[in-house]
Amino acid sequence: MGLSAPSDRDVVSYTPEGQEGWVATRLDFLVNWARANSLWPMPFGTACCAIEFMATAASDFDLARFGMERMSFSPRQADVLICAGRVPFKLAPIIRRIWQQMPQPKWSISMGACASTGGMFDNYAVVQGIDTIIPVDVYVPGCPPRPEGLIYGIRMLQEKVKNERAADKGTRDEMEPDPSSQLYIPPSLIDELGEPFGNSVNQTRSGL
Amino acid sequence: MSRFEVVKTGSSASGAPPTTQKNVPHRNGEPNPSAKALQEKFPSAIERVEVVWGETVVFVDAWSVHEVIRWLHDDESQRYDFLSDVTAVEYRDAEVPIEVVWHLRSLPFRRFLRIKAQLQKGTALEIESVYDIYRSADWLERECFDMFGIRFRGHPDLRRILMWEQYREGYPLRKDFPLRGRFSRSEQLRQALAQNPEARYSMEELSIADAFAELPEDMRERLSKGERTGE
Repeated sequence: MGLSAPSDRDVVSYTPEGQEGWVATRLDFLVNWARANSLWPMPFGTACCAIEFMATAASDFDLARFGMERMSFSPRQADVLICAGRVPFKLAPIIRRIWQQMPQPKWSISMGACASTGGMFDNYAVVQGIDTIIPVDVYVPGCPPRPEGLIYGIRMLQEKVKNERAADKGTRDEMEPDPSSQLYIPPSLIDELGEPFGNSVNQTRSGL
Repeated sequence: MSRFEVVKTGSSASGAPPTTQKNVPHRNGEPNPSAKALQEKFPSAIERVEVVWGETVVFVDAWSVHEVIRWLHDDESQRYDFLSDVTAVEYRDAEVPIEVVWHLRSLPFRRFLRIKAQLQKGTALEIESVYDIYRSADWLERECFDMFGIRFRGHPDLRRILMWEQYREGYPLRKDFPLRGRFSRSEQLRQALAQNPEARYSMEELSIADAFAELPEDMRERLSKGERTGE
């Protein structure tokens, strides 16, 4: 299926002690500590998940405890894109452009069933998971997730940020689909894999 | 009469608060008085009148709809001054025609009237626009066109409104439209990502450049510095 990683990207056999010195690892620790505790979210709220997201940001659950009280309504100053709610196809180029406008380093959280998989909206108008448009770091399940669930996802993202290394250049690569890459899956194969679940051509629910 | 004066005629003239009907029968309730007036005024255009759950439905010949709605809007004894919805209904049976529905409300008389026109399937789905009577028909008719493919003659700017303009799969609320669309998921996503988000502006919106001299002072100053709204 072509899902194995390219041979030139040595992602598995890495041992940090053998390659980086004390200064580099301590600097990583400091930078990651600062980044993880000042993630500025770009709220991309399109549906009821955004209500739970507002509740998370409000005083009861207080997102400010995790350094996220500053909602960045401009993607230029945002660190993490939180997609809360379903994304119709009409919004697909817009969320992709917002993602492209965010500066590195950047992360994204897919909040709720609809953003992660399309949820119950398995129809002509809704994107079946935003990971078909932008890369996603953390998926938060729920319909909608409770604020505790979102905070758990944010803590997971913070763990991920704290374990990143400046020396690992691969984490910041932005890959466009390249047909020559081993990671590339052609659309025909995607349709074949999705046939029993999401292909529109052969089945309709009304039976017409 | 100033434009925003509250008009009190008909059942609201006495100043009594509006009441809710109780024990409304499913069929054959008391029809809206406008239905009788319509039958007298347009005996050939009115096909039949039904009363369903106390709401009057008037079936009108498709070629006379514009004339009928114009009269309902203009006539002093009707004064249907509010168009609350334009939509369409398609039934499962292939023989049953598609219905275009107008929901009219008369605020002075506290009346509600539903006008329906039937369009046979297999013919051109075209009907006269009521945009020249109610400006609110603009987006309602665009939505109806987007979802059902009904063309409104005389509409100034009949484009898709919910789906993007390059959408090529058809009209989603038609019965022959598959729930998940006609194209495969990857093709749908490819087409959606290829759409241009800036292409949604109409010629009217773009013609702001022609009206530059008439814009307010501060807006002219901002625009002259090269401020843009897109991108």
